[in-house]
Amino acid sequence: MIEALEILVLSLADDDLIMGHRHAEWIGLGPILEEDIAFASIAQDETGHAQAYYQLLTDLGLSTPDEYAFKRKASAFRCAHLVELPNFDYDYAVALMRHFLYDAAEQVRLQALREGTYDPLAGLADRLLREEKYHWLHATTWIQRLGHSTEEAHLRLRSAMQQLWPYAWALFEPMPMETEMVEAGWIAPSASLREKWVNLIQPILEETNLWLSPPTEETLLAVRGGRQGHRSPFFESLLQELTEVSASEPEAEW
Amino acid sequence: MYGNLTIRPEDIENWGKKVEQEDPDRLAEFEARIERGEKIEPQDWMPFEYRRQLIRLIEQHAHSEIIGALPEGTWITRAPNFRRKLALMAKVQDEVGHAQLLYSAAETLGKSREEMINDLLSGKSKYSNVFNYPAETWADTAVIAWLIDAGAIINQTTNAKGSYGPYGRALERICWEESFHLKYGYDSVVYLATGTPKQRALLQDALNRWWRPIMHFFGPPDTVSVHTEKLIKWKVKLATNDEMRQQFLDMYVPKIWELGLTIPDPNLRKDPETGRWEYSDPNWEEFWQVIGGNGPCNKERLAVRRFAEEKGRWVRKALLTPQARYVTPLA
Repeated sequence: MIEALEILVLSLADDDLIMGHRHAEWIGLGPILEEDIAFASIAQDETGHAQAYYQLLTDLGLSTPDEYAFKRKASAFRCAHLVELPNFDYDYAVALMRHFLYDAAEQVRLQALREGTYDPLAGLADRLLREEKYHWLHATTWIQRLGHSTEEAHLRLRSAMQQLWPYAWALFEPMPMETEMVEAGWIAPSASLREKWVNLIQPILEETNLWLSPPTEETLLAVRGGRQGHRSPFFESLLQELTEVSASEPEAEW
Repeated sequence: MYGNLTIRPEDIENWGKKVEQEDPDRLAEFEARIERGEKIEPQDWMPFEYRRQLIRLIEQHAHSEIIGALPEGTWITRAPNFRRKLALMAKVQDEVGHAQLLYSAAETLGKSREEMINDLLSGKSKYSNVFNYPAETWADTAVIAWLIDAGAIINQTTNAKGSYGPYGRALERICWEESFHLKYGYDSVVYLATGTPKQRALLQDALNRWWRPIMHFFGPPDTVSVHTEKLIKWKVKLATNDEMRQQFLDMYVPKIWELGLTIPDPNLRKDPETGRWEYSDPNWEEFWQVIGGNGPCNKERLAVRRFAEEKGRWVRKALLTPQARYVTPLA
Protein backbone atom coordinates (compact mmCIF):
# COMPACT_ATOMS: atom_id res chain seq x y z
CA MET A 1 0.00 0.00 0.00
CA ILE A 2 2.74 2.43 0.88
CA GLU A 3 4.22 1.97 -2.56
CA ALA A 4 0.95 3.01 -4.21
CA LEU A 5 0.66 5.98 -1.86
CA GLU A 6 4.19 7.07 -2.64
CA ILE A 7 3.48 6.92 -6.36
CA LEU A 8 0.33 9.00 -5.96
CA VAL A 9 1.93 11.63 -3.75
CA LEU A 10 5.08 11.87 -5.86
CA SER A 11 3.02 12.33 -9.04
CA LEU A 12 1.23 15.26 -7.43
CA ALA A 13 4.32 16.70 -5.76
CA ASP A 14 6.63 16.40 -8.75
CA ASP A 15 4.08 18.10 -11.01
CA ASP A 16 3.92 21.05 -8.62
CA LEU A 17 7.67 21.22 -8.04
CA ILE A 18 8.50 21.36 -11.73
CA MET A 19 5.58 23.65 -12.57
CA GLY A 20 6.82 26.02 -9.86
CA HIS A 21 10.30 25.88 -11.38
CA ARG A 22 9.05 26.87 -14.82
CA HIS A 23 6.75 29.61 -13.52
CA ALA A 24 9.60 31.04 -11.44
CA GLU A 25 11.55 31.68 -14.63
CA TRP A 26 9.18 34.60 -15.28
CA ILE A 27 10.11 36.59 -12.19
CA GLY A 28 11.71 39.75 -13.56
CA LEU A 29 10.83 39.04 -17.19
CA GLY A 30 7.05 39.17 -17.47
CA PRO A 31 5.17 41.24 -20.06
CA ILE A 32 4.02 43.68 -17.34
CA LEU A 33 5.21 44.04 -13.76
CA GLU A 34 1.90 42.79 -12.44
CA GLU A 35 2.49 39.46 -14.23
CA ASP A 36 6.00 39.09 -12.81
CA ILE A 37 4.37 39.41 -9.43
CA ALA A 38 1.48 37.05 -10.24
CA PHE A 39 3.75 34.33 -11.62
CA ALA A 40 6.02 34.75 -8.60
CA SER A 41 3.06 34.12 -6.32
CA ILE A 42 1.86 31.12 -8.28
CA ALA A 43 5.39 29.70 -8.40
CA GLN A 44 5.73 30.10 -4.65
CA ASP A 45 2.41 28.36 -4.11
CA GLU A 46 3.29 25.43 -6.38
CA THR A 47 6.71 25.02 -4.79
CA GLY A 48 5.17 25.18 -1.34
CA HIS A 49 2.53 22.63 -2.34
CA ALA A 50 5.23 20.24 -3.56
CA GLN A 51 6.98 20.59 -0.22
CA ALA A 52 3.73 19.87 1.65
CA TYR A 53 3.05 16.75 -0.43
CA TYR A 54 6.57 15.37 0.13
CA GLN A 55 6.13 16.05 3.82
CA LEU A 56 3.21 13.57 3.89
CA LEU A 57 5.71 10.89 2.90
CA THR A 58 8.28 12.16 5.39
CA ASP A 59 5.63 11.75 8.08
CA LEU A 60 5.41 8.07 7.09
CA GLY A 61 9.13 7.65 7.66
CA LEU A 62 10.20 8.10 4.04
CA SER A 63 12.58 10.76 2.69
CA THR A 64 12.49 14.49 3.53
CA PRO A 65 11.10 17.11 1.11
CA ASP A 66 14.62 18.34 0.32
CA GLU A 67 15.79 14.80 -0.39
CA TYR A 68 12.87 14.18 -2.72
CA ALA A 69 13.32 17.44 -4.60
CA PHE A 70 17.09 17.79 -4.68
CA LYS A 71 18.59 14.31 -4.35
CA ARG A 72 16.65 12.01 -6.63
CA LYS A 73 17.78 10.75 -9.99
CA ALA A 74 15.76 11.75 -13.05
CA SER A 75 14.06 8.39 -13.49
CA ALA A 76 12.59 8.56 -9.97
CA PHE A 77 10.49 11.62 -10.85
CA ARG A 78 6.85 11.04 -11.74
CA CYS A 79 5.73 14.38 -13.16
CA ALA A 80 3.83 14.73 -16.41
CA HIS A 81 5.81 16.04 -19.37
CA LEU A 82 3.58 19.12 -19.57
CA VAL A 83 5.37 20.75 -16.62
CA GLU A 84 8.83 19.88 -17.93
CA LEU A 85 8.41 21.77 -21.19
CA PRO A 86 10.45 24.99 -21.26
CA ASN A 87 8.91 28.44 -21.64
CA PHE A 88 10.22 28.38 -25.22
CA ASP A 89 12.25 31.57 -25.22
CA TYR A 90 9.83 33.36 -22.90
CA ASP A 91 6.69 32.74 -24.90
CA TYR A 92 4.03 34.19 -22.63
CA ALA A 93 1.25 32.51 -24.60
CA VAL A 94 2.76 29.12 -23.75
CA ALA A 95 3.19 30.09 -20.09
CA LEU A 96 -0.37 31.33 -19.83
CA MET A 97 -2.00 28.45 -21.66
CA ARG A 98 -0.01 25.90 -19.67
CA HIS A 99 -0.97 27.67 -16.45
CA PHE A 100 -4.63 27.54 -17.51
CA LEU A 101 -4.61 23.86 -18.52
CA TYR A 102 -2.57 22.82 -15.50
CA ASP A 103 -4.50 24.76 -12.89
CA ALA A 104 -7.78 23.46 -14.28
CA ALA A 105 -6.39 19.96 -13.71
CA GLU A 106 -5.36 20.99 -10.21
CA GLN A 107 -8.92 22.09 -9.45
CA VAL A 108 -10.33 18.75 -10.53
CA ARG A 109 -7.62 16.67 -8.91
CA LEU A 110 -7.70 18.46 -5.59
CA GLN A 111 -11.48 18.34 -5.37
CA ALA A 112 -11.28 14.58 -5.87
CA LEU A 113 -8.54 14.22 -3.26
CA ARG A 114 -10.53 16.29 -0.79
CA GLU A 115 -13.30 13.69 -1.00
CA GLY A 116 -10.79 10.84 -0.65
CA THR A 117 -10.37 8.43 2.23
CA TYR A 118 -6.74 9.15 3.07
CA ASP A 119 -7.21 11.88 5.67
CA PRO A 120 -3.76 13.53 5.55
CA LEU A 121 -4.09 13.92 1.78
CA ALA A 122 -7.75 15.00 1.92
CA GLY A 123 -6.91 17.61 4.55
CA LEU A 124 -3.99 18.92 2.56
CA ALA A 125 -6.09 19.08 -0.61
CA ASP A 126 -8.64 21.19 1.23
CA ARG A 127 -5.93 23.63 2.29
CA LEU A 128 -4.32 23.80 -1.16
CA LEU A 129 -7.64 24.45 -2.89
CA ARG A 130 -7.95 27.69 -0.96
CA GLU A 131 -4.76 28.93 -2.67
CA GLU A 132 -5.51 27.29 -6.00
CA LYS A 133 -8.72 29.29 -6.27
CA TYR A 134 -6.63 32.36 -7.13
CA HIS A 135 -4.55 30.51 -9.73
CA TRP A 136 -7.74 29.55 -11.47
CA LEU A 137 -9.11 33.10 -11.29
CA HIS A 138 -5.89 34.45 -12.72
CA ALA A 139 -5.74 31.90 -15.52
CA THR A 140 -9.35 32.23 -16.65
CA THR A 141 -9.29 36.03 -16.48
CA TRP A 142 -6.25 36.21 -18.74
CA ILE A 143 -7.38 33.56 -21.23
CA GLN A 144 -10.71 35.32 -21.66
CA ARG A 145 -9.16 38.76 -21.82
CA LEU A 146 -6.47 37.88 -24.36
CA GLY A 147 -8.75 35.46 -26.18
CA HIS A 148 -10.95 38.42 -27.06
CA SER A 149 -8.27 40.93 -27.96
CA THR A 150 -6.07 41.16 -31.04
CA GLU A 151 -5.68 38.71 -33.88
CA GLU A 152 -2.03 38.32 -32.96
CA ALA A 153 -2.85 37.40 -29.38
CA HIS A 154 -5.39 34.89 -30.56
CA LEU A 155 -2.97 33.31 -33.01
CA ARG A 156 -0.33 33.01 -30.32
CA LEU A 157 -2.72 31.44 -27.84
CA ARG A 158 -3.96 29.08 -30.52
CA SER A 159 -0.49 27.94 -31.42
CA ALA A 160 0.35 27.48 -27.71
CA MET A 161 -2.81 25.41 -27.34
CA GLN A 162 -1.86 23.21 -30.28
CA GLN A 163 1.59 22.67 -28.85
CA LEU A 164 0.42 21.93 -25.29
CA TRP A 165 -2.83 20.08 -25.88
CA PRO A 166 -1.54 16.49 -26.03
CA TYR A 167 0.77 17.13 -23.09
CA ALA A 168 -2.10 18.51 -21.03
CA TRP A 169 -4.22 15.50 -21.93
CA ALA A 170 -1.39 13.26 -20.72
CA LEU A 171 -1.64 14.80 -17.24
CA PHE A 172 -4.36 12.17 -16.81
CA GLU A 173 -2.31 9.23 -17.96
CA PRO A 174 -3.13 6.44 -15.49
CA MET A 175 -0.63 6.11 -12.68
CA PRO A 176 1.08 2.79 -11.90
CA MET A 177 -0.93 0.97 -9.21
CA GLU A 178 -3.91 3.19 -9.90
CA THR A 179 -6.31 0.31 -9.26
CA GLU A 180 -5.08 0.08 -5.67
CA MET A 181 -5.40 3.84 -5.19
CA VAL A 182 -8.95 3.89 -6.48
CA GLU A 183 -9.95 0.81 -4.48
CA ALA A 184 -8.58 2.41 -1.32
CA GLY A 185 -10.78 5.42 -2.11
CA TRP A 186 -7.91 7.92 -2.16
CA ILE A 187 -8.72 9.35 -5.57
CA ALA A 188 -11.09 8.87 -8.52
CA PRO A 189 -9.83 7.09 -11.68
CA SER A 190 -7.77 9.24 -14.08
CA ALA A 191 -10.29 8.84 -16.89
CA SER A 192 -13.11 10.30 -14.80
CA LEU A 193 -10.90 13.19 -13.65
CA ARG A 194 -10.05 13.91 -17.26
CA GLU A 195 -13.73 14.09 -18.09
CA LYS A 196 -14.32 16.63 -15.32
CA TRP A 197 -11.32 18.61 -16.52
CA VAL A 198 -12.68 18.73 -20.07
CA ASN A 199 -16.03 19.92 -18.73
CA LEU A 200 -14.27 22.70 -16.86
CA ILE A 201 -12.10 24.03 -19.69
CA GLN A 202 -14.19 23.34 -22.78
CA PRO A 203 -16.74 26.16 -22.32
CA ILE A 204 -13.99 28.75 -21.78
CA LEU A 205 -11.94 27.52 -24.71
CA GLU A 206 -14.96 27.31 -26.98
CA GLU A 207 -16.10 30.79 -26.02
CA THR A 208 -12.65 32.14 -26.94
CA ASN A 209 -12.48 29.99 -30.07
CA LEU A 210 -9.44 28.10 -28.78
CA TRP A 211 -10.95 24.65 -28.28
CA LEU A 212 -9.40 21.66 -30.05
CA SER A 213 -10.77 18.17 -30.42
CA PRO A 214 -9.12 15.48 -28.26
CA PRO A 215 -5.64 14.42 -29.38
CA THR A 216 -5.30 11.11 -31.20
CA GLU A 217 -3.92 8.02 -29.47
CA GLU A 218 -0.89 8.27 -31.72
CA THR A 219 -0.05 11.82 -30.62
CA LEU A 220 -0.57 10.87 -27.01
CA LEU A 221 1.82 7.97 -27.24
CA ALA A 222 4.73 10.34 -27.77
CA VAL A 223 4.01 12.50 -24.72
CA ARG A 224 2.98 9.85 -22.19
CA GLY A 225 5.12 7.98 -19.71
CA GLY A 226 5.81 10.72 -17.18
CA ARG A 227 3.97 8.89 -14.42
CA GLN A 228 6.06 5.76 -15.15
CA GLY A 229 9.34 7.60 -14.70
CA HIS A 230 10.10 8.34 -18.34
CA ARG A 231 11.45 11.84 -18.68
CA SER A 232 11.08 14.26 -21.57
CA PRO A 233 14.20 15.55 -23.34
CA PHE A 234 13.85 18.83 -21.41
CA PHE A 235 14.15 17.30 -17.95
CA GLU A 236 17.84 16.61 -17.64
CA SER A 237 18.99 20.21 -17.96
CA LEU A 238 16.18 21.32 -15.66
CA LEU A 239 17.27 18.88 -12.97
CA GLN A 240 20.87 19.97 -13.37
CA GLU A 241 19.84 23.57 -12.77
CA LEU A 242 17.57 22.66 -9.87
CA THR A 243 20.38 20.81 -8.09
CA GLU A 244 23.32 22.96 -9.17
CA VAL A 245 24.01 24.47 -5.75
CA SER A 246 22.87 21.59 -3.55
CA ALA A 247 24.96 19.10 -5.52
CA SER A 248 28.07 21.31 -5.39
CA GLU A 249 28.53 20.39 -1.71
CA PRO A 250 26.10 17.54 -1.03
CA GLU A 251 26.67 17.18 2.72
CA ALA A 252 26.45 20.91 3.45
CA GLU A 253 23.56 22.76 4.99
CA TRP A 254 22.51 25.90 3.20
CA MET B 1 17.04 48.06 -3.03
CA TYR B 2 18.52 51.36 -3.93
CA GLY B 3 21.58 53.40 -3.21
CA ASN B 4 21.73 57.15 -2.85
CA LEU B 5 20.67 59.68 -5.45
CA THR B 6 23.71 60.49 -7.49
CA ILE B 7 23.67 63.96 -8.97
CA ARG B 8 25.82 64.49 -12.00
CA PRO B 9 26.86 67.99 -13.11
CA GLU B 10 24.64 67.78 -16.21
CA ASP B 11 21.61 67.08 -14.01
CA ILE B 12 21.71 70.53 -12.45
CA GLU B 13 22.41 72.58 -15.52
CA ASN B 14 20.46 75.86 -15.42
CA TRP B 15 19.29 74.98 -11.95
CA GLY B 16 19.45 78.40 -10.32
CA LYS B 17 17.86 80.08 -13.29
CA LYS B 18 14.80 77.87 -13.21
CA VAL B 19 14.26 78.31 -9.50
CA GLU B 20 14.62 82.06 -9.95
CA GLN B 21 11.86 82.00 -12.53
CA GLU B 22 9.37 80.63 -10.00
CA ASP B 23 6.73 82.89 -8.44
CA PRO B 24 8.58 84.14 -5.33
CA ASP B 25 5.49 84.14 -3.09
CA ARG B 26 4.50 80.58 -3.94
CA LEU B 27 8.10 79.42 -3.64
CA ALA B 28 8.37 81.01 -0.20
CA GLU B 29 5.14 79.39 0.91
CA PHE B 30 6.25 76.02 -0.46
CA GLU B 31 9.56 76.22 1.37
CA ALA B 32 7.84 77.28 4.56
CA ARG B 33 5.57 74.23 4.40
CA ILE B 34 8.55 71.94 4.05
CA GLU B 35 10.31 73.77 6.86
CA ARG B 36 7.28 73.08 9.09
CA GLY B 37 7.55 69.36 8.22
CA GLU B 38 4.41 69.24 6.07
CA LYS B 39 4.17 66.73 3.22
CA ILE B 40 3.78 67.88 -0.36
CA GLU B 41 0.98 66.00 -2.16
CA PRO B 42 0.50 65.50 -5.92
CA GLN B 43 -2.13 68.21 -6.34
CA ASP B 44 -0.07 70.82 -4.44
CA TRP B 45 1.92 73.56 -6.12
CA MET B 46 5.62 72.74 -6.39
CA PRO B 47 8.60 74.30 -8.16
CA PHE B 48 9.46 72.87 -11.55
CA GLU B 49 12.86 71.69 -10.33
CA TYR B 50 11.38 69.94 -7.28
CA ARG B 51 9.10 67.97 -9.56
CA ARG B 52 11.88 67.21 -12.05
CA GLN B 53 14.38 66.06 -9.43
CA LEU B 54 11.80 63.91 -7.68
CA ILE B 55 10.72 62.21 -10.89
CA ARG B 56 14.36 61.49 -11.61
CA LEU B 57 14.99 60.16 -8.12
CA ILE B 58 11.89 57.97 -7.86
CA GLU B 59 12.29 56.73 -11.40
CA GLN B 60 15.92 55.74 -10.76
CA HIS B 61 14.77 53.97 -7.64
CA ALA B 62 12.02 52.08 -9.50
CA HIS B 63 14.43 51.05 -12.27
CA SER B 64 16.87 49.82 -9.62
CA GLU B 65 14.20 47.52 -8.26
CA ILE B 66 13.43 45.82 -11.57
CA ILE B 67 17.06 45.62 -12.64
CA GLY B 68 17.91 44.48 -9.11
CA ALA B 69 15.55 41.54 -9.58
CA LEU B 70 17.82 40.14 -12.28
CA PRO B 71 21.08 39.15 -10.52
CA GLU B 72 19.23 37.38 -7.70
CA GLY B 73 16.42 36.14 -9.91
CA THR B 74 18.75 33.89 -11.87
CA TRP B 75 19.43 31.94 -8.67
CA ILE B 76 15.81 31.08 -7.84
CA THR B 77 15.77 27.96 -9.98
CA ARG B 78 19.14 26.93 -8.50
CA ALA B 79 18.46 27.60 -4.81
CA PRO B 80 19.74 24.70 -2.70
CA ASN B 81 16.62 23.75 -0.71
CA PHE B 82 12.94 24.53 -0.24
CA ARG B 83 13.49 27.04 2.51
CA ARG B 84 15.89 29.20 0.51
CA LYS B 85 14.01 28.78 -2.75
CA LEU B 86 10.72 29.97 -1.28
CA ALA B 87 12.38 32.89 0.52
CA LEU B 88 14.35 34.00 -2.52
CA MET B 89 11.26 33.88 -4.72
CA ALA B 90 9.37 35.99 -2.20
CA LYS B 91 12.26 38.44 -1.97
CA VAL B 92 12.66 38.95 -5.70
CA GLN B 93 8.90 39.25 -6.00
CA ASP B 94 9.03 41.99 -3.36
CA GLU B 95 11.62 43.87 -5.41
CA VAL B 96 9.37 43.83 -8.47
CA GLY B 97 6.49 44.91 -6.24
CA HIS B 98 8.61 47.84 -5.07
CA ALA B 99 9.13 48.87 -8.66
CA GLN B 100 5.37 48.77 -9.21
CA LEU B 101 4.82 50.92 -6.12
CA LEU B 102 7.53 53.40 -7.08
CA TYR B 103 6.46 53.78 -10.71
CA SER B 104 3.03 54.63 -9.35
CA ALA B 105 4.53 57.19 -6.96
CA ALA B 106 6.46 58.78 -9.84
CA GLU B 107 3.35 58.80 -12.02
CA THR B 108 1.69 61.14 -9.51
CA LEU B 109 4.25 63.71 -10.70
CA GLY B 110 3.19 63.43 -14.32
CA LYS B 111 5.44 60.89 -16.05
CA SER B 112 3.90 57.59 -17.16
CA ARG B 113 5.36 54.15 -16.43
CA GLU B 114 5.78 53.57 -20.16
CA GLU B 115 7.81 56.77 -20.56
CA MET B 116 9.98 55.82 -17.61
CA ILE B 117 10.61 52.32 -18.92
CA ASN B 118 11.42 53.70 -22.34
CA ASP B 119 13.98 56.02 -20.77
CA LEU B 120 15.50 53.08 -18.91
CA LEU B 121 15.79 51.02 -22.09
CA SER B 122 17.28 53.88 -24.10
CA GLY B 123 19.89 54.42 -21.37
CA LYS B 124 18.65 57.96 -20.69
CA SER B 125 17.57 57.11 -17.17
CA LYS B 126 19.91 55.44 -14.68
CA TYR B 127 19.60 52.82 -11.96
CA SER B 128 21.75 51.87 -9.01
CA ASN B 129 25.28 51.01 -10.06
CA VAL B 130 25.45 48.02 -7.80
CA PHE B 131 23.26 45.96 -10.14
CA ASN B 132 25.82 46.23 -12.89
CA TYR B 133 27.89 43.62 -11.08
CA PRO B 134 27.23 39.89 -11.53
CA ALA B 135 26.00 37.46 -8.87
CA GLU B 136 28.56 34.78 -9.67
CA THR B 137 27.74 32.19 -7.01
CA TRP B 138 25.03 31.33 -4.52
CA ALA B 139 27.09 33.16 -1.86
CA ASP B 140 26.74 36.39 -3.84
CA THR B 141 22.98 36.21 -3.40
CA ALA B 142 23.45 35.88 0.36
CA VAL B 143 25.80 38.87 0.47
CA ILE B 144 23.44 40.94 -1.68
CA ALA B 145 20.38 40.05 0.41
CA TRP B 146 22.20 40.92 3.61
CA LEU B 147 24.48 43.85 2.89
CA ILE B 148 22.97 45.53 -0.16
CA ASP B 149 19.53 45.34 1.38
CA ALA B 150 21.01 46.66 4.64
CA GLY B 151 22.42 49.63 2.73
CA ALA B 152 19.09 50.11 1.00
CA ILE B 153 17.29 50.18 4.34
CA ILE B 154 19.60 52.90 5.65
CA ASN B 155 19.02 54.95 2.51
CA GLN B 156 15.30 54.35 2.36
CA THR B 157 14.43 54.87 6.02
CA THR B 158 16.27 58.19 5.70
CA ASN B 159 14.46 59.18 2.52
CA ALA B 160 11.09 58.05 3.89
CA LYS B 161 11.21 61.25 5.98
CA GLY B 162 11.38 63.30 2.79
CA SER B 163 8.90 66.00 1.86
CA TYR B 164 7.02 64.29 -0.96
CA GLY B 165 4.09 62.33 0.52
CA PRO B 166 3.58 59.52 -2.01
CA TYR B 167 7.29 58.66 -2.12
CA GLY B 168 7.65 58.70 1.67
CA ARG B 169 4.68 56.39 2.13
CA ALA B 170 5.95 53.97 -0.53
CA LEU B 171 9.34 53.90 1.16
CA GLU B 172 7.87 53.13 4.55
CA ARG B 173 6.17 50.05 3.19
CA ILE B 174 9.24 49.05 1.21
CA CYS B 175 11.38 49.21 4.34
CA TRP B 176 9.12 46.76 6.14
CA GLU B 177 9.69 44.25 3.38
CA GLU B 178 13.40 44.97 3.09
CA SER B 179 13.86 44.20 6.76
CA PHE B 180 12.74 40.62 6.03
CA HIS B 181 15.19 40.44 3.14
CA LEU B 182 17.94 41.44 5.50
CA LYS B 183 16.99 38.69 7.97
CA TYR B 184 16.94 36.17 5.13
CA GLY B 185 20.29 37.40 3.84
CA TYR B 186 21.91 37.32 7.25
CA ASP B 187 20.59 33.83 7.93
CA SER B 188 21.99 32.60 4.59
CA VAL B 189 25.34 34.24 5.33
CA VAL B 190 25.50 32.63 8.79
CA TYR B 191 24.90 29.18 7.28
CA LEU B 192 27.74 29.71 4.82
CA ALA B 193 30.07 31.22 7.43
CA THR B 194 29.53 28.30 9.79
CA GLY B 195 29.38 25.67 7.05
CA THR B 196 32.01 23.60 5.28
CA PRO B 197 35.40 25.06 4.29
CA LYS B 198 34.14 25.25 0.72
CA GLN B 199 31.08 27.24 1.77
CA ARG B 200 33.20 29.62 3.85
CA ALA B 201 35.53 30.17 0.91
CA LEU B 202 32.55 30.83 -1.34
CA LEU B 203 31.29 33.45 1.10
CA GLN B 204 34.66 35.16 1.51
CA ASP B 205 35.06 35.35 -2.27
CA ALA B 206 31.63 36.89 -2.60
CA LEU B 207 32.41 39.48 0.06
CA ASN B 208 35.69 40.30 -1.68
CA ARG B 209 33.82 40.87 -4.94
CA TRP B 210 31.02 42.91 -3.40
CA TRP B 211 32.94 45.13 -0.99
CA ARG B 212 33.80 47.80 -3.56
CA PRO B 213 30.26 48.01 -5.00
CA ILE B 214 29.00 48.23 -1.41
CA MET B 215 31.35 51.14 -0.69
CA HIS B 216 30.11 52.79 -3.90
CA PHE B 217 26.49 52.12 -2.97
CA PHE B 218 25.87 55.41 -1.15
CA GLY B 219 27.42 57.52 -3.88
CA PRO B 220 30.65 59.55 -4.16
CA PRO B 221 32.17 61.32 -1.15
CA ASP B 222 30.59 64.61 -0.10
CA THR B 223 33.75 66.50 -1.05
CA VAL B 224 33.29 65.71 -4.75
CA SER B 225 29.55 65.35 -4.73
CA VAL B 226 27.79 68.03 -6.75
CA HIS B 227 26.20 70.87 -4.82
CA THR B 228 22.99 69.58 -3.24
CA GLU B 229 22.06 72.38 -0.86
CA LYS B 230 18.69 73.05 -2.44
CA LEU B 231 17.72 69.38 -2.47
CA ILE B 232 18.52 69.13 1.22
CA LYS B 233 16.51 72.32 1.95
CA TRP B 234 13.55 70.85 0.03
CA LYS B 235 13.94 67.55 1.90
CA VAL B 236 14.42 65.56 -1.27
CA LYS B 237 17.79 64.43 0.00
CA LEU B 238 17.99 63.98 3.75
CA ALA B 239 21.48 62.85 4.52
CA THR B 240 24.75 63.15 2.68
CA ASN B 241 26.38 60.16 1.02
CA ASP B 242 29.16 60.04 3.58
CA GLU B 243 26.75 60.21 6.51
CA MET B 244 24.90 57.16 5.25
CA ARG B 245 28.11 55.29 4.43
CA GLN B 246 29.41 55.92 7.95
CA GLN B 247 26.14 54.69 9.43
CA PHE B 248 26.36 51.51 7.34
CA LEU B 249 29.96 50.82 8.35
CA ASP B 250 29.11 51.43 11.98
CA MET B 251 26.27 48.95 11.90
CA TYR B 252 27.69 46.19 9.70
CA VAL B 253 31.49 46.05 9.88
CA PRO B 254 31.38 44.61 13.43
CA LYS B 255 28.81 42.01 12.32
CA ILE B 256 30.96 41.00 9.35
CA TRP B 257 34.01 40.64 11.56
CA GLU B 258 32.02 38.69 14.13
CA LEU B 259 31.44 36.00 11.48
CA GLY B 260 35.20 35.62 11.03
CA LEU B 261 35.18 37.18 7.59
CA THR B 262 37.91 39.45 6.25
CA ILE B 263 36.95 42.75 4.69
CA PRO B 264 39.23 43.29 1.72
CA ASP B 265 40.52 46.69 2.85
CA PRO B 266 43.60 46.71 5.10
CA ASN B 267 43.03 50.39 5.93
CA LEU B 268 39.51 49.98 7.23
CA ARG B 269 39.39 51.16 10.84
CA LYS B 270 37.35 53.33 13.11
CA ASP B 271 39.23 56.39 14.31
CA PRO B 272 38.68 56.30 18.09
CA GLU B 273 39.01 60.07 18.34
CA THR B 274 36.65 61.21 15.58
CA GLY B 275 34.44 58.12 15.75
CA ARG B 276 34.54 57.97 11.96
CA TRP B 277 35.49 55.06 9.77
CA GLU B 278 38.56 55.40 7.59
CA TYR B 279 39.00 53.32 4.49
CA SER B 280 41.02 53.08 1.29
CA ASP B 281 39.86 54.89 -1.79
CA PRO B 282 37.33 52.45 -3.25
CA ASN B 283 38.30 53.56 -6.76
CA TRP B 284 35.81 56.25 -7.57
CA GLU B 285 37.00 56.25 -11.15
CA GLU B 286 35.44 52.80 -11.49
CA PHE B 287 32.20 54.16 -10.01
CA TRP B 288 31.96 56.86 -12.70
CA GLN B 289 32.91 54.34 -15.37
CA VAL B 290 30.06 52.05 -14.31
CA ILE B 291 27.58 54.95 -14.21
CA GLY B 292 28.77 55.82 -17.69
CA GLY B 293 27.73 52.37 -18.91
CA ASN B 294 31.05 50.54 -18.71
CA GLY B 295 30.44 48.23 -15.76
CA PRO B 296 30.72 44.45 -16.03
CA CYS B 297 26.98 43.92 -16.62
CA ASN B 298 25.50 47.22 -17.88
CA LYS B 299 24.98 45.94 -21.39
CA GLU B 300 23.67 42.58 -20.30
CA ARG B 301 21.17 44.06 -17.83
CA LEU B 302 19.67 46.42 -20.39
CA ALA B 303 19.70 43.68 -23.03
CA VAL B 304 17.66 41.45 -20.72
CA ARG B 305 15.16 44.24 -20.04
CA ARG B 306 14.88 44.98 -23.75
CA PHE B 307 14.34 41.29 -24.43
CA ALA B 308 11.52 41.14 -21.85
CA GLU B 309 10.03 44.34 -23.26
CA GLU B 310 10.11 42.91 -26.79
CA LYS B 311 8.73 39.52 -25.75
CA GLY B 312 5.84 41.09 -23.84
CA ARG B 313 4.89 43.71 -26.40
CA TRP B 314 2.05 41.68 -27.94
CA VAL B 315 0.49 41.21 -24.51
CA ARG B 316 0.50 44.93 -23.72
CA LYS B 317 -0.84 45.68 -27.18
CA ALA B 318 -3.62 43.14 -26.70
CA LEU B 319 -4.58 44.70 -23.38
CA LEU B 320 -4.92 48.12 -24.98
CA THR B 321 -6.92 46.99 -27.97
CA PRO B 322 -10.40 48.54 -28.31
CA GLN B 323 -12.14 45.20 -28.81
CA ALA B 324 -10.61 43.87 -25.58
CA ARG B 325 -13.26 43.68 -22.94
CA TYR B 326 -12.96 43.68 -19.24
CA VAL B 327 -13.42 40.20 -17.89
CA THR B 328 -15.07 39.83 -14.54
CA PRO B 329 -13.28 37.16 -12.54
CA LEU B 330 -15.41 34.06 -12.13
CA ALA B 331 -15.75 34.25 -8.35
